[in-house]
Amino acid sequence: MSVHGGTEGKTVAAGLASAASRHFGGPATIERLRRESGGASRQTWSFDAIVAGRRHELILRRDPPTAGGREKASATSLDRPTEFAVLRAAFDGGVRAPEVLFQLGPQDGLGEAFVMRRVGGIAIARKLLRDPPYADARKKIARQLGVIAARIHAVDTANLPPLPHREAADQVTALRAALDSLDQPQPVFELALSWLDRRRPAPTGRPLLVHGDFRTGNYLADESGVTAILDWEGAHLGDPVEDLGWLCVKSWRFGSVDKPAGGFGSREDLWTAYRRAGGSEVDPARAHWWEMFGTVRWGVICLTQAWRHLSGSVKSMELASIGRRAVETEVDLLQLLREAR
Amino acid sequence: MAQDRPTASELLNAIADFLREEATPALDRSDPRLGFQMRVAVNSLAILEREWRLAPGADAREYARLAKLLGRNGTLAELTRELARQLRAGERDERDAELMAHLEATTADKIAIANPKWR
Repeated sequence: MSVHGGTEGKTVAAGLASAASRHFGGPATIERLRRESGGASRQTWSFDAIVAGRRHELILRRDPPTAGGREKASATSLDRPTEFAVLRAAFDGGVRAPEVLFQLGPQDGLGEAFVMRRVGGIAIARKLLRDPPYADARKKIARQLGVIAARIHAVDTANLPPLPHREAADQVTALRAALDSLDQPQPVFELALSWLDRRRPAPTGRPLLVHGDFRTGNYLADESGVTAILDWEGAHLGDPVEDLGWLCVKSWRFGSVDKPAGGFGSREDLWTAYRRAGGSEVDPARAHWWEMFGTVRWGVICLTQAWRHLSGSVKSMELASIGRRAVETEVDLLQLLREAR
Repeated sequence: MAQDRPTASELLNAIADFLREEATPALDRSDPRLGFQMRVAVNSLAILEREWRLAPGADAREYARLAKLLGRNGTLAELTRELARQLRAGERDERDAELMAHLEATTADKIAIANPKWR
């Protein structure tokens, strides 16, 4: 057994061996176990399970068992069992998402966790946007994301676990509450939220599955384009245009500012592909509203991340430094407000 | 009391140059995760260097604009809080040209410190 990651790696390997043995119905050997990303909570590990001579390439998503005093998960993110059920419904509904296989139990000692099949590709925006191997993919990604978004929004909500329902008005209220909890006045964010509050779109007649964090950096892509949509913990029911607006927030263009659809294409490319794949006609005003909202949302997230460090709940220079990125969204909001006049 | 040179700006630059050119390549070889963290740290030092040079002027200009806009005195923090309150209450909005000029100027000064390459 090859294990990287020290004593934690040994614990994870042992828990995976017993859970994989139950799932595959035979003794499983764990190989090539490697921590992919994540902080103390919400980890991703890559590993292979060898069962009866067959190699299964897999991913573990895991919230380690919480010890006293550890940071609580965000109020708006799903727990692992719910994320598992959403991923299953999305995959069964034809969404390009990882196929989930099984959940771990208390007897495995790894906390709330599940296992899914490993999908090829990378999520690193900088490489996808600039490196030569992805030149062809770059021409396709905006349209592919439109198609995938249409599939997500077409998932039968009867197949979903209970999910929070968040419409535009709820989300404006939530961002104001988040700003209040920081106790640092933010005039540009307040101006943008009041602008948004006065123009908020009518609630959706029939709330649909919304991914909630549909952006460059949160999907895998290879030379052929998008291979899987990741990071479903923000999934909720609501306005599907939210996903299309969030994808176009300038921060997710990673420098390719003249290509609003995630850095890869125009809004119109995205909307046309979305409609052709069965999505509704996109109202540009509604999409603009969600793009502006998403810009405030990312700015508030930057501050909230910094406050995780400042409040003492986690000690992290990286989180602290994100606070200074909030002003990037203030620049973008003033630009959006100028364009809207 | 005036400190001897290097100035804060010169010292911050010297530290950032050392970390970027000597420490980061060594970390990249031994522990890439720490190499990434070091880049974050070097970037933050560059922010501090710009802040040390630019913030006094920016703060003074922001205060003067705010006091005029709101027609009152107070600390910069108090005036900013009052402006945020007025904006949430809808007492001012984007049709107010003096307000927009203030927010544009303040944001331009902030981004010149935090990330001058942002566009």
